Amino acid sequence: MTSLLRVKNLSVTFDTPRGPVEAVRDVSFDLGHERLGIVGESGSGKSQTGRAILKLIAGNGRVEAGCIEFDGMDILGASERDMRLIRGARISMIMQDPRYSLNPVVKVGDQIAEAYRIHSRASAKEAHKKALEMLETVQIRDHEKVYSLYPHEVSGGMGQRIMIAMMLIPDPDIIIADEPTSALDVTVQMQVLGLLDDMVTKRGMGLILISHDLGLVSSFCDRVVVMYGGRVMEVLEAKKLHEAQHPYTKGLMNCAPRLKDRQTVLPILQRDPSWLTD
Amino acid sequence: MIRVQDLRVTFGKGKNLFHAVQGVSFEIKAGEAYGLVGESGSGKSTILRAISRLTADWSGIIEIDSAPLSHRRDKSTARKMQMVFQDPYGSLHPRHTVNDILKEPLEIHGVNNRDSRILQALSDVGLSIDLRFRYPYQISGGQRQRVAIARALILEPEILLLDEPTSALDVSVQAEILNLLTALRRQHDLTYLMVSHDLAVVGHMCDRIAVMNRGKFVEEISAAQLRDAEPEDAYTRQLISASGKYDRETAKSFVSFD
Repeated sequence: MTSLLRVKNLSVTFDTPRGPVEAVRDVSFDLGHERLGIVGESGSGKSQTGRAILKLIAGNGRVEAGCIEFDGMDILGASERDMRLIRGARISMIMQDPRYSLNPVVKVGDQIAEAYRIHSRASAKEAHKKALEMLETVQIRDHEKVYSLYPHEVSGGMGQRIMIAMMLIPDPDIIIADEPTSALDVTVQMQVLGLLDDMVTKRGMGLILISHDLGLVSSFCDRVVVMYGGRVMEVLEAKKLHEAQHPYTKGLMNCAPRLKDRQTVLPILQRDPSWLTD
Repeated sequence: MIRVQDLRVTFGKGKNLFHAVQGVSFEIKAGEAYGLVGESGSGKSTILRAISRLTADWSGIIEIDSAPLSHRRDKSTARKMQMVFQDPYGSLHPRHTVNDILKEPLEIHGVNNRDSRILQALSDVGLSIDLRFRYPYQISGGQRQRVAIARALILEPEILLLDEPTSALDVSVQAEILNLLTALRRQHDLTYLMVSHDLAVVGHMCDRIAVMNRGKFVEEISAAQLRDAEPEDAYTRQLISASGKYDRETAKSFVSFD
């Protein structure tokens, strides 16, 4: 499998009044034309890892890495100007909650068309047509009508599909999806994942799915990176998750209640400080 | 313990009238854990808010221990029934210490032995006494939810209304809180009415479960039926197949139950 993105020894450090905080430490992985999952609990550094790839780290943060290489380009050394050509057009990002990521005073269809025009110099008419096509691609039935709705008029699931349409319209090589379905109902979640699945299998994109839900990621992705305290605990084939070696991964899997068999007491995850030192 | 008959809740008026709960009936025995599960907008939380009288526009009968509830909140019901909210970040006063938070219900109800009650409540929920004078922002999410549970227990109620008590927490912390709730139910002979969107959580905690969609009960099933995936209704079956695991074929087969 050819590699789309190579991340080596990535660290993200934030300077705070109480001294530096290392949110991500020494993280390495490769991404091919596949579904890669990054899993961890809150504060594990999974979102910052995703953001560092697009250099979307807050002002008090520093990104250090051996290399972040995308399509022969060095992201780490790229200027802000170069980054603007990469963001959206080549690598795009889907955020968790569509209610906060869409502009509340612009029609959703126009927002999708705008994403296309920024990256392609198409005419307004072409962009309009392309946006309608895109709404159809993300399985919105009444796409003519939905085009002229405002964000507050659409449901969460539809909002997320609109976000996906907006991210797909410049036809990027990589999509980073940061908890794209956490705010959605389970049935809608499945449909949105089905869409992302199509993008990888039919368009050959690379997908990084960031999530706290180990069960979901393991059933959806090809490979899973398990993070804790800013570090990678292990990288696994998703199918072999039940063979996980690391006690953190095992603990995380065991402590979720299961639908099929009822346990009287749920096992509690015991954290070992040595996970963060070696 | 709790009997609800033909409960209807509406929001808005005139042409914006919205029927959030449309004629729901159920009974919960003393000591039972009853779950309401459904997707967002199904009316599950609204039922809890009607029972705790946080919403006024309801009709039907709500009985606690065979005594019908009025529309106004009253002190005697508050001592019988307490609620734990979804978000421990929003449900605790940011400028009150843990001690203030736990003391307030005791003051309102004029209960004595406040110190010993507070210490007892802290130990019941497994919190160290060191945290007694901390502010909510100084403790973790899991500890905050323990404070919210301690506040609900401090008046020694018989019923706890649990509105998605773990959905804002990490799975490892969720396991701790669910274990705590299971142990507390046994120790204090509590009756639970729990709302969640997570079938696995409700299946783990509850004896009987009502599945809701669009303000109505789709069906009422036992936890065993849920585990064996034997529900009668197509909506429930779809909800079960959507829980937890992604499957390409299943995702394509979903239909909308409007």
